[in-house]
Amino acid sequence: MESDAAPPARLAGDRSARAKLALILLAVLLAATALVSIMTGPVPLSIATVLDAIFAPENADLRDQAIVWSVRLPRTILAILVGGALAFAGAMMQGLFRNPLADPGIIGVSAGATFAAIAAIVLGEALLGAAALIYVLPIGAFVGGLLATITLYLIATRRGRTSVATMLLGGIAIAAMMMAASGVLIFKSNDQQLRELTFWSLGSLGGASWPKIFATTPFILFALLVGGSVASGFNALALGEAEARHLGIPVQVLKRIAIISVALLTGTAVAVSGSIGFIGIVVPHLLRLAIGPDHRYLLPASIFLGAVLLTGADMVSRTIVAPAELPIGIVTAMLGAPFFLWILLRNRNLVDL
Amino acid sequence: MIAADNISLRLGPRLVLDDVSIELRRGELVVILGPNGAGKSTLLKVLTGDLAPDKGEVRFDGKPLGEIAIGDLARDRAVLSQSTGLSFPFTVLEVVRLGLAAAQGGIGRAEAARLLPRALNAVGLSGFEGRLHQELSGGEQQRVHLARVLCQAWAGRPDGSAFLLLDEPVSNLDIHHQLQTLEAVSRHVAQGGGALMILHDINLAALYADRLVMMAEGRILREGPPSTILDRAAILDVYGVDMPVEIARESGRPFAQINRPGG
Repeated sequence: MESDAAPPARLAGDRSARAKLALILLAVLLAATALVSIMTGPVPLSIATVLDAIFAPENADLRDQAIVWSVRLPRTILAILVGGALAFAGAMMQGLFRNPLADPGIIGVSAGATFAAIAAIVLGEALLGAAALIYVLPIGAFVGGLLATITLYLIATRRGRTSVATMLLGGIAIAAMMMAASGVLIFKSNDQQLRELTFWSLGSLGGASWPKIFATTPFILFALLVGGSVASGFNALALGEAEARHLGIPVQVLKRIAIISVALLTGTAVAVSGSIGFIGIVVPHLLRLAIGPDHRYLLPASIFLGAVLLTGADMVSRTIVAPAELPIGIVTAMLGAPFFLWILLRNRNLVDL
Repeated sequence: MIAADNISLRLGPRLVLDDVSIELRRGELVVILGPNGAGKSTLLKVLTGDLAPDKGEVRFDGKPLGEIAIGDLARDRAVLSQSTGLSFPFTVLEVVRLGLAAAQGGIGRAEAARLLPRALNAVGLSGFEGRLHQELSGGEQQRVHLARVLCQAWAGRPDGSAFLLLDEPVSNLDIHHQLQTLEAVSRHVAQGGGALMILHDINLAALYADRLVMMAEGRILREGPPSTILDRAAILDVYGVDMPVEIARESGRPFAQINRPGG
């Protein structure tokens, strides 16, 4: 029946070698995109100038140093953080709901985080002062995202089965409620706050700064590490909750970790950049086509490709109507919404209402 | 040994299991027969720990099920549910490989490379490794999951002593693959493992079972070796269908004939 000869090095149907190669290529692509992003802007910089400014500041002139260090580097790093966080959160949410259409932006998690962020801006400043805002904002957005995610999960899941129709419709309802509540706050805000709020509704990386990066990086890294540690459990979860339990996966723990990670990542991303949609749905979908759905590779690869896409979208938003700037949320929606429709049409059976 | 003592379970207004006791031992293939709604699947879910009984207790090798970590349980028994969905486009190999997740501490690459082809071969899916699960037929998908379950049992207990708990493992299969599947389960038992299957085909059950458990309305009506308990009265009692039973000449096992009712 079976031979005891030396086993073949690679089994057919095993895509892990391809996935590992893709991870390396994506890391290279990310480095290249980041470099181009720092070179691009009203004052074009050469590769040599950028590299000098970063690694050998003594060789670069002061103006170039200032452009790189105080403007473009923080902005590019923020794009990488936010893009990676959003794509990872999307992939995770899809694993949790066992559906490729679940995305924090589409099903109201971002709306919950946005509402909490607006509440923090309008109410928090009066209560805690402007200085505390840089930390209150991410924490508030996290709590908002968490509550929205938990509510949605409770609504959409019965006896371990998640209904896609309920999930999508429940998400619409949650998003509508959050938007109405946000509207009330916007109505009550003053002019200065109103300007800040406009930024939230469209999404922008324009506010990038080192303090923002330092305030968000710990949250994002923590969520990526915790979420990534349960990656293989999501593969078993694709079979269903009972089946995953039969395979020895502690499903309740896995679900809680996923919900908290998604809320942390979405909340933090919303806090620094407003609501930027569709990264979380486009990136994992493209990656599943390329390397398959194995979450051990899909999750880290999503970080890289999400970072690449958002950095690229940011370049478009900065240059397409220069010297003005198009909010990045508009760019991602313009590219992402048709893509979402395409996924929907390809997988009509997934939304069997 | 898996032992369930005096299990009662109510789902809604219905008493689905009414004081049921059953024991599963290694080296014995047990088949549950019974009409729809008899409580077969519910009993299996109580044995796997998916459902907690209102009364009674399930013990695994003497230990109450609730006190065993699910990771340990996953090494001692593998479960095939009646229907298994799969939400993402995994390949056949990737699905079967999920069975290896249960072997904690991980099994070596060489061991995986030995077990995976063996499991696929056991259900007749050699050569299907790279195909996408979602593009297979229902029967082929069922066999993929059976291979996954076999893989889990073999990886969890390399000495072959794990239990297989299978809810209608051959429901979508043609006769060739029904026999192939039941042979694989039978071999597992012959090598010292335990197995419980829910089947609908009385004659397949009679052919493979060491012990038959016949259920109706949440109770076990008869239990024992097919040759002792499977007769015309038992089938009439359990299914309400009159089927003459004789001993098949070649297998030596009871064989029930099907006639049109009232004819």
